[in-house]
Amino acid sequence: MYAYDELDRTLINERVEEFRDQVKRRLSGELTEDEFKMLRLQNGVYLQLHAYMFRVAIPYGTLSSKQLRQLAHVARRYDRGYGHFTTRQNIQYNWIKLAELPDALADLAEVGIHAMQTSGNNTRNVTSDQWAGVVPGEIEDPRIWSELIRQYTTLHPEFSFLPRKFKFAITASAHDRAAIKIHDIGLRLHKNAEGETGFEVLVGGGLGRTPFIGKTIKPFVHGRDLLSYIEAILRVYNQYGRRDNIYKARIKILVHELGIEKFSREVEDEWQQMRDSDTALTLDDAMVEDIRSRFSYPSYEKLPHMPEELKKAAADPLFERWRKNSVFTHKVQGYAIVTLSLKPIGGPPGDATADQMDALADLADKYSFGEIRVGHEQNLALPHVARRDLPALWAALDKIGLATPNVNLVSDIIACPGLDYCSLANARSIPIAQELTRRFANHDTADLIGRLHINISGCINACGHHHVGHIGILGVEKNGEEYYQITIGGRADENAELGALIGPAVPYGDVADVVEDIVEAYLALRTRPDELFVDTVKRLGVEPFRERVYATR
Amino acid sequence: MPLVKDGKITNDEFVHVADDAGIPSDGAILVSSARFLGDAEALSRREGRTGVIWPNNRDLDDLVPFLDRLAVVALVFPTFRDGRAYSQARLLRERHKYRGELRATGQVLRDQFLFMLRAGFDSFEVKKPADAEAFANTVKRYSVFYQPTGDGRMTALHRRMMLRHSESASQ
Amino acid sequence: MTSPLQQKIKITGPSIVTANRTWDGVVIYRTASKGWSTALSDAAIVRTADEARALLAESVADDVGAVGAYIAPVDIKENGKIKPGNLREHIRLQGVTIDLPVPA
Repeated sequence: MYAYDELDRTLINERVEEFRDQVKRRLSGELTEDEFKMLRLQNGVYLQLHAYMFRVAIPYGTLSSKQLRQLAHVARRYDRGYGHFTTRQNIQYNWIKLAELPDALADLAEVGIHAMQTSGNNTRNVTSDQWAGVVPGEIEDPRIWSELIRQYTTLHPEFSFLPRKFKFAITASAHDRAAIKIHDIGLRLHKNAEGETGFEVLVGGGLGRTPFIGKTIKPFVHGRDLLSYIEAILRVYNQYGRRDNIYKARIKILVHELGIEKFSREVEDEWQQMRDSDTALTLDDAMVEDIRSRFSYPSYEKLPHMPEELKKAAADPLFERWRKNSVFTHKVQGYAIVTLSLKPIGGPPGDATADQMDALADLADKYSFGEIRVGHEQNLALPHVARRDLPALWAALDKIGLATPNVNLVSDIIACPGLDYCSLANARSIPIAQELTRRFANHDTADLIGRLHINISGCINACGHHHVGHIGILGVEKNGEEYYQITIGGRADENAELGALIGPAVPYGDVADVVEDIVEAYLALRTRPDELFVDTVKRLGVEPFRERVYATR
Repeated sequence: MPLVKDGKITNDEFVHVADDAGIPSDGAILVSSARFLGDAEALSRREGRTGVIWPNNRDLDDLVPFLDRLAVVALVFPTFRDGRAYSQARLLRERHKYRGELRATGQVLRDQFLFMLRAGFDSFEVKKPADAEAFANTVKRYSVFYQPTGDGRMTALHRRMMLRHSESASQ
Repeated sequence: MTSPLQQKIKITGPSIVTANRTWDGVVIYRTASKGWSTALSDAAIVRTADEARALLAESVADDVGAVGAYIAPVDIKENGKIKPGNLREHIRLQGVTIDLPVPA
């Protein structure tokens, strides 16, 4: 966990005071809404259908138990007792009052939490692998670099008014859990032949109206050059990104219109000039070490892989089902990474109540060295659980509704808030997700189906990442009714791919039936039980699924 | 529209000369980039101080050769949300070593003063009188800065480095 | 971003102007007496594009009290009761269509 020092805390407090003043000037009329809107967005405050929405940053998805308790406090004191975890590892509150926001921010600042740049045309939360620092095979902890980028981009005077939003993601594992290929800048940490740490830099990924998979702009940027190289990319974007049309303003459009070769040359040209005149952004070892030193890691005990507690608990089929589904290998023997599903059957995906958050904070203290992670698939994780504690932890999680054994399965759905909350939406997404979890509530069935990611977006802005869902569902409006386009075969990982449309949009009432048809088709068509849905689609294409779904429609 | 320079409201000595108006033989003037480039050699060597208003959607290359003869470069924020002039400002100061007055014009509002200062602006055509009056206080809002620009403010990273050195030095 | 005043205003039936209250974000409706109400029954009804444009203009002028004003359709029942004219307005009036994780 990164420990904020006096300087980090001072900056957060200074931002809170500035925002307090901005709110005051808005409510007095000194600032018009036109002037205020971008200022409030820069601090994560949206206007939604029935209220303001407040998006709080959880940098690279890492939280302490103390911080989680404060998130619970904000939910209780300023909102309606719950929060929603997002596809960018942040948390959103849906009912916040503008007049109370400065106080909520001040409360959050006490534990080093802020909402800087969680919206607006600036650089957003640098997301990462929710298993960073604990997963086997990781080159090194990518969060150290996420923190370096976070600091570098926070309140950057040159890049606070970009043509459009700008998102970073970083991974340090072969299997990409951070979806770097669908980000404006994606970073893959690796070592070169000389054993030096650096990054493959990808640029121009993104979903929305015109989805693109990111392209490699430079296969290896040395760690010391990371910030200067990013500055070069941002400067080219700031100057040449389109500002005439918000639908063409992301860097992915600039990369597409120039072509990756020309874009690379522009960046390289800028970068070389930068390096010639000034080395202020070059990171020397001491700087990286300073940040690294403020990440603390647990003092792991020497523990056996198969402790008595675990052997005994194997007799309990419910425990075993959960263990096989939600418990993942840790790099340290005797420990485990535990994923907590926020996708209860029949419930809205990604929400947690203040009570759940408080209870989880206590469990984190007891079983995970006080640390919690937030994943972009809208689940939480406890990253440092001793295997001997798994049975006790499971019992406690089950009591508070955080032990649904459906992680990575068909009912582990990623969904945006949709028309129930969001003023941009065309259609609802949460009730669709709820119905789907009910259709696939049987855990044996879900296990039989295997890993299957359903992503639901209520509009083309694609906050539910439907383009890269194994099954993607996009809400559209037809004659005032809610309709849904279905795609299949998308992936968000290192083999990222956009899904393919299976046919015309279907009405709200048909979506769950259609998904069942698709799943039935998959079960009939797969060559082996362990051929994943997404691989069956790759092998056979869309046609057999289209036939099945539209035969009677 | 009040002009803020050196942290306080001052009179603008520079007269804005329209594209079709005559150029005074001396005195401080501001001309558009089109006017300037039409007669750059003469204008940059005239008696009296000359300044150019440079649009935010044009590269600086054509202006660079004349920078050391210009008293003012005025950059433009057509709306406060259009941040291209921040990049132009930094390039002028940090890459091209421009030392004259660098003026922010357009929709210049209170909440961008500090960003502008850090990017290298040192004068501001401020839209609202109340904002102009609040300038000195506004730019004191922050004492911690994460990233380096040409403004000379020490970044948090460097402050930490210094703290470490002094800690280890005193051991 | 086009100002609501510059957008083409097309009325397909009885309509109202709605917005969110600035200080707390609550849904509000423009009344006939140059004010706002949280009750849809208090909303001023407009039936032509000109009327709508005028009502919107005066609503937008109250920049301190209200945010994001726009024209929304309504249904008027036989008994004169005003109902939201589409799903979005229904949701804004009644709240989310799902159970909240914590009962209100």
